[in-house]
Amino acid sequence: MTAIEQAIAQHGLTREEYQRIVERLGREPTLTELGIFSVMWSEHCSYKSSRVHLRTLPTTGKRVLQGPGENAGAVDIGDGLAAVFKIESHNHPSFIEPYQGAATGVGGIIRDIFTMGARPIALLNSLRFGPLDDPLVRRTFAGVVAGIAGYGNSIGIPTVGGEIAFDESYTGNPLVNVFCLGIARADEIVRGVASGAGNAVYYVGAKTGRDGIHGATMASAEFDERSAEKRPAVQVGDPFMEKLLLEACLEVMKTGALVGIQDMGAAGLTCSTCEMGSRGGAGVEIDVSLVPQRESGMTPYEIMLSESQERMLLVVRQGREAEVERIFDKWDLHAVRIGTVTTDGRLRVRDHGSLMAEIPNAALTDEAPVYHRPMARPRYLDEAQQLSLAALGAPAPPKEVFLRLLASPGVASKRWVYRQYDHMVRTNTLVVPGMGAGVVRIKGTTRALALSLDGNGRFAYLDPFAGAQLAVAEAARNVACAGGQPIGATNCLNFGNPERAEIMWQFARAVEGMGAACRALEIPITGGNVSLYNETDGRAVLPTPVIGVVGLLEQAEHAVRRAFRTEGDAIVLLGEARAELGGSEYVKVMHGLVRGVPPVLDLAREAALQRVLIEGASSGVIRSAHDCAEGGLAVTLAECCFDTGLGADVRVPALEAAVADYADVAALFGESASRVVVAVSAERTAELLALAAREGVPAEVIGRVGGERIHLAVSGRTVVDERLADAERVWSSGIDRYFERQQAIA
Amino acid sequence: MKFAVVVFPGSNCDHDAYYAVEHVLGQEAAFVWHKDTSLGGADVVVLPGGFAHGDYLRTGAIARFSPIMQAVQAFADAGGPVLGICNGFQVLLEAGLLPGAMLRNRSVKFQCEHVFVRVEQTHTPFTMACRQGQVLRIPIAHGEGNYYAEPAVVERLEQNRQVVFRYTTAAGEVTDAANPNGSVHNIAGLCNERRNVVGLMPHPERACELAVGSADGLLLFDSVVRALTQGVLATAR
Repeated sequence: MTAIEQAIAQHGLTREEYQRIVERLGREPTLTELGIFSVMWSEHCSYKSSRVHLRTLPTTGKRVLQGPGENAGAVDIGDGLAAVFKIESHNHPSFIEPYQGAATGVGGIIRDIFTMGARPIALLNSLRFGPLDDPLVRRTFAGVVAGIAGYGNSIGIPTVGGEIAFDESYTGNPLVNVFCLGIARADEIVRGVASGAGNAVYYVGAKTGRDGIHGATMASAEFDERSAEKRPAVQVGDPFMEKLLLEACLEVMKTGALVGIQDMGAAGLTCSTCEMGSRGGAGVEIDVSLVPQRESGMTPYEIMLSESQERMLLVVRQGREAEVERIFDKWDLHAVRIGTVTTDGRLRVRDHGSLMAEIPNAALTDEAPVYHRPMARPRYLDEAQQLSLAALGAPAPPKEVFLRLLASPGVASKRWVYRQYDHMVRTNTLVVPGMGAGVVRIKGTTRALALSLDGNGRFAYLDPFAGAQLAVAEAARNVACAGGQPIGATNCLNFGNPERAEIMWQFARAVEGMGAACRALEIPITGGNVSLYNETDGRAVLPTPVIGVVGLLEQAEHAVRRAFRTEGDAIVLLGEARAELGGSEYVKVMHGLVRGVPPVLDLAREAALQRVLIEGASSGVIRSAHDCAEGGLAVTLAECCFDTGLGADVRVPALEAAVADYADVAALFGESASRVVVAVSAERTAELLALAAREGVPAEVIGRVGGERIHLAVSGRTVVDERLADAERVWSSGIDRYFERQQAIA
Repeated sequence: MKFAVVVFPGSNCDHDAYYAVEHVLGQEAAFVWHKDTSLGGADVVVLPGGFAHGDYLRTGAIARFSPIMQAVQAFADAGGPVLGICNGFQVLLEAGLLPGAMLRNRSVKFQCEHVFVRVEQTHTPFTMACRQGQVLRIPIAHGEGNYYAEPAVVERLEQNRQVVFRYTTAAGEVTDAANPNGSVHNIAGLCNERRNVVGLMPHPERACELAVGSADGLLLFDSVVRALTQGVLATAR
């Protein structure tokens, strides 16, 4: 290999990509330029494999104020306010260094939100890990949770919800997706643009060090046994610095002295300078010798590629510099002028005046490579979609299955996790984590927002199109259960290596499914994130499209919770079951398999169900609502009981299964979509049934709230009859039990 | 009545305290920046929760050097009511306005959850609207709330009736299981000898409306309004 070939390979570029660089520049790039191209053209920054597919997603709607392409999306929530939100992954860093990887993921998404001029008010996260009986997984799990807590708690933004699932495929590649939402005045949204020749370019925040160099490139490659050596590519977070930046930036934005602002996330100074210039149709010239540095002897290459955290790039109107500097001084932050906006559309990097790099912004952004990568339907599908119940043998007794599912970490209480998150700071949290959608009120208005993240890797593995649709439907349903009208969404697409045709097929099908579901439910996607190369030693994670849905409640006091509240209430099942066990928690926990086809989803029915939930919440007819997901109807009913300790006596609708032995299992633990358990007072039951009938949603009174037991019968036969306190103990300790010994030592 | 809410860099419950005073209690609240030297004529001082200066050393260890703390000290010395919540309590300990120190929770983890505390003393400006022995449901949110003091100091606190709040069960029993963080004698909050400075780890400002889970914390704010209107503080002096 020649020296040049070696340099190309080290930068994760292909020979063809290098040729394009030479053509675009009309010469060989300098080393600094090669570094800049390599990060901007990395999968992480350029979306080169995913872009052609993402273009098909619905991104517009009457409430959309900002779609994809900015630091975050924004939707109108009335009263002149906007909800600004986005989700982002920090999977690769979280495997290499769980605490800092997760912490800096939280820090990064918070910056994306306040950069838009919004005050962040809520965080959520979607996490995936291997099985907890693996000590390495326990260490990763505990580290990630502590990292999320460490950052979010310190900066004072509540973590109000999320979801966690476990599967062997995530053992060497956990998923850490973090969502943040903030509130801004709709007419004061700030954008990441550089414009106005002669305007000053300012750098503010932490000093630049050698941490995180090539972080974006790392996130664009698979893992192998040498990944631990990449630890220096993980950054270290400082939530205190970010808290100062957050307060100071919001204060500066109020002055109107800013043209634009962008945080330095992936690809640091490189990405912020060329993207801001590109959006504003301008150029940016900086001198790296002016950049505050933490270490001595840093080269222009290192300064441009560093991913040190808690740094912002600002463009300030000419003549207003002193005003801006004064505010940062108040917060003991040093704002330094490092450059100027130009008219020529180029990124120009100098070092003590000497030119080190000069690249047209367009070459780094709009003209970055776009690939139509080959796709092929995976060979595993035909076999994996076959679920032969007969081959599974006779099912275990329902009581045993019920308790095993409650104890399964995927179903069990996540209190061990969310107790570590400050979920109450800012005193807006109306529905706390662990209860489906998180609900936060918007102070100064009557409104509230319901927020939910959902994704099911098993379903997406068995059918990416259906899996992605089911994720959208579930997130929207969770929001609707709380009484929220879904008004916008953000997606995080976690897949394996896109250079493999089967992975690319999974990705493309999932995006199609997500788009179709969002169109049918009229939920625009205002931005998101793609994380590819989630593989270790050639084994990909389950394809995991995660969606975050934002729902609006006109009256905060109409927020519906999942817990049964009143003895004697009728329990009504909205929606209908089929004998569907494909990809279920049952098949995974009891038989160790991910097999079958995911549940059928009828989007028109789903939309009708959500209308019933939203209207039922605002009219007050629905007293509690909880959707049926992992573990099916039996688990859903148990979860409705646990929070208040009120029992339930339920006649579970009988089903016919292909194998008669499995009829009860399917009725109790099947995961048919578009089903919700609601409680309603005896007096208003007819009103609810009439509302459901009007929307064509099947609805049936299946039992009563009350007592100290959970009693489930099918066709008159008792199948589950447990003391609630016993069932709750099993459910509560499902995750804690893996950490008990460690606590005893402490 | 005017409440000063002191803002340290890293305070993050400042807005919550402000909101509780201004919008729930209906009294006047004003933020006071830590670099200020005057409390602006406030009648009550609140040191809010958060992570002042990042709490990278010991919690509250740097905040005690902020210029405003001299004014807070003088205000306390003159008998003015001071309430330290969570990190604000930790700052009061570091500043020597209250005795003792905080250790990490015995779980070695940050804990955010509702707990029960029993009002041990109603003879303070922040508890006079409570009943003696009343059990309040108020959330905690901290990683270092495990209160510790030398046995002799704890003994003196008990004798002087300076333990204002204790972690208990919902029924008001002092048990180890009801102690969320390992605090000595289940101490959740205390006052100085003069009884005008009160610090506690639970967050009363987060428990001022039923919509967010509890309104029990409002009693602390009601108390100080009553104390000031009725001139009870004068007798405490």
